[in-house]
Amino acid sequence: MRNELYAGLRRKITAITLVVSITPLLALGATIYFQFSGMYRDKIKEQIYYRAKTQADGVDLFLKERTAILGAMADTNQFNFIVEEKNLLPIFSIVNQRAGAFVDLGVIDNAGRQSAYVGPYDLAGLNYYQQPWFGEVMTKGIYISDVYTGFRQIPHFIIAVRRQENQLGWILRATIDSDVFGAIVKAAQVGRTGDAYIINSEGIFQTRPRFEGKILERSHLDPSQFGGRTTILERMDKRGKSTLYAGSWLNNDKWLLVISQEVEEEMASFYATRSIEIAIIMAGVLAIVMVTLFTTRTTVNRLRETDGRLDELNAQLVHSDKLAALGKMAAGVAHEINNPLAVILQKTGWMEDLLEDEDLSKSNSYAELKASIAKIEEHVERARKVVHGMLGYVRKMEPRLEDVDINDTIMQTLSLLSNYARINNIEIKTDFAVDLPVIASDQSQLQQVFLNIINNAIDAIRKDGLIWVRTKRDDSWLSVNIEDTGPGIPPDKQKRVFDPFFTTKEPGKGTGLGLWISHSIIEKMGGSISFETDVGKGSTFTIRIPIVVPEKK
Amino acid sequence: MDLFRVLVVDDEKDFLETLVKRLNKRNIETAGVASGEQALEMMKQKLFDVVILDIKMPGGMDGIEALREMKKIQPLAEILLLTGHAAVETSIEGMKLGAFDYLLKPIKLEELLVKLAQAFEKKDSHDQKIRSARIKELIRFPGRVFDQEKP
Ligand SMILES: Nc1ncnc2c1ncn2[C@@H]1O[C@H](COP(=O)(O)OP(=O)(O)OP(=O)(O)O)[C@@H](O)[C@H]1O
Ligand SMILES: [Mg+2]
Ligand SMILES: [Mg+2]
Repeated sequence: MRNELYAGLRRKITAITLVVSITPLLALGATIYFQFSGMYRDKIKEQIYYRAKTQADGVDLFLKERTAILGAMADTNQFNFIVEEKNLLPIFSIVNQRAGAFVDLGVIDNAGRQSAYVGPYDLAGLNYYQQPWFGEVMTKGIYISDVYTGFRQIPHFIIAVRRQENQLGWILRATIDSDVFGAIVKAAQVGRTGDAYIINSEGIFQTRPRFEGKILERSHLDPSQFGGRTTILERMDKRGKSTLYAGSWLNNDKWLLVISQEVEEEMASFYATRSIEIAIIMAGVLAIVMVTLFTTRTTVNRLRETDGRLDELNAQLVHSDKLAALGKMAAGVAHEINNPLAVILQKTGWMEDLLEDEDLSKSNSYAELKASIAKIEEHVERARKVVHGMLGYVRKMEPRLEDVDINDTIMQTLSLLSNYARINNIEIKTDFAVDLPVIASDQSQLQQVFLNIINNAIDAIRKDGLIWVRTKRDDSWLSVNIEDTGPGIPPDKQKRVFDPFFTTKEPGKGTGLGLWISHSIIEKMGGSISFETDVGKGSTFTIRIPIVVPEKK
Repeated sequence: MDLFRVLVVDDEKDFLETLVKRLNKRNIETAGVASGEQALEMMKQKLFDVVILDIKMPGGMDGIEALREMKKIQPLAEILLLTGHAAVETSIEGMKLGAFDYLLKPIKLEELLVKLAQAFEKKDSHDQKIRSARIKELIRFPGRVFDQEKP
């Protein structure tokens, strides 16, 4: 019943402590995790965004430079001059020296015929009049093509500029190797999973991608998903891996530079941090759980101990209260009984007086009357003993202080009992401490106590046994041990032996007041009586008396 | 040795009467009264050697009060306290106020006689001392014999 209460209490304390301490820890952990992961993701996006933008700017610059240098060459040379192949060759080498990446260079007249060509292929004399770009250059002045394979079966693109010379237009056209161009873009590929490439507005690869396909094939990206200038998209693939795409438009929005990156790779260092965080939190939780369990257990155990001690104390208080109340009652009862007893005794005394006096002594009934009176007196005496016993301690409640030698007092008591003990073949052995101080106490009261307790021991043994009487000093106490080889006190009686009138002796033999009075006397002196008993082996009564040193006279 | 003169004070009538009868029968001149007030009256008229006084008398003057008054009236009378109830504090107070001893009821006449004898002896030795002191005084100041009070 009690145990359940304590177990319930323990569960409750544990639960509350755990909830109160773990919840904030988990909340803190979760907040940090989500905040941090959000921040980290933003950071990654920002990085990829800027990479795409700067890379796109770089490519744009590359194209502009090439276009500008071609324009300058066209503007500074006349058709008649440049159309001579021997004049075109040095121009080609100057251009390549200045800007690089040009594969060939050609001059096309206003009829679309390639009038001059410098380069590795045999393209002189080809007519481009039918090609759509020819018309566009002639009208707009500048043209940059998408990548295509064309006559030479190698991916490339062209840059063409037109010169207007006295109503007559001609075109300077150069080819740029897609691979060379692609290398610039590739510089933006980072990490294990990073990719960088250019697609045109139809989604066709303009440079060689690292993973997602081949040049001039169609990419799985839809360029129309990318809005103005630079945009970021996040896509989930079939394996559930999410990839970030940053796209930046260039070349007058004809091309889209794409940088892709698997989120997971970028988040790797964040995931490491996350593992550490989880480990720390788990360790914290574990520590909290252990400490909580431990402290709760100790607290509840301590509580249980205190409760136990309180119960004991209460029991003791109730017990001594009971004894005090009984004492008061005893005094009242004694008065009410003693007075009638006194009258009876006087009356019988008077009857005896009269019997002696008159001629009654000659009467037949004389002997019987005498005997009856004697019986009455005997029983009055018996009642008197009970009442006086009950009052024994009250009578001299205020101990008379005199110099008492405990060992001496015990020896005197033993001399009173030695005969009784010898008849019953009971040996009394003593083991006295020799250095006991003389104390200020009441000798006759102490004697009464020792007499009672040794008497009880003899009565308990009945016949054939041993009683040890020991004295010793510990600190400011004298203790007297009286050990017998009697039957011991059964557990159900142990609580009651100090109660008045509790006796196991035959009627008329024991009043049951001995221990009660002894207890009261010793308690008044500030001492205590206790006992230990082992059923079947014997009992040991211990009397402890405070050492009160007599005043010097 | 003078005759014993004893006064018994007890509110228990049966006890009082019987005890008085029995003491008288033993040639101890005994008077009995049932209250403290009566006892004081009596003592003003007559000298007693020993007073047997019940401490607890319900109603009227209590034993200790009576004891104090008695000691004023007859300082030399020995007082034996009797009680049915071991009212310790009262008994001790009584002893401090000069009572000879105290006894617990019921008591056998034989025991009482022993105590009475002791009390009387003490009183007697007191009287003796006083007498011899007076004789010494008379020897030193013979003229004082004339203004002696009654003993
Ligand atoms: N040493 C002992 N061994 C066994 N039982 C004991 C011992 N001392 C006391 N008792 C038990 O405690 C009871 C009460 O003891 P207590 O001294 O109060 O009364 P009593 O001995 O029966 O009567 P009285 O003291 O008037 O002779 C005894 O009757 C006995 O049953
Ligand atoms: Mg006993
Ligand atoms: Mg009375």
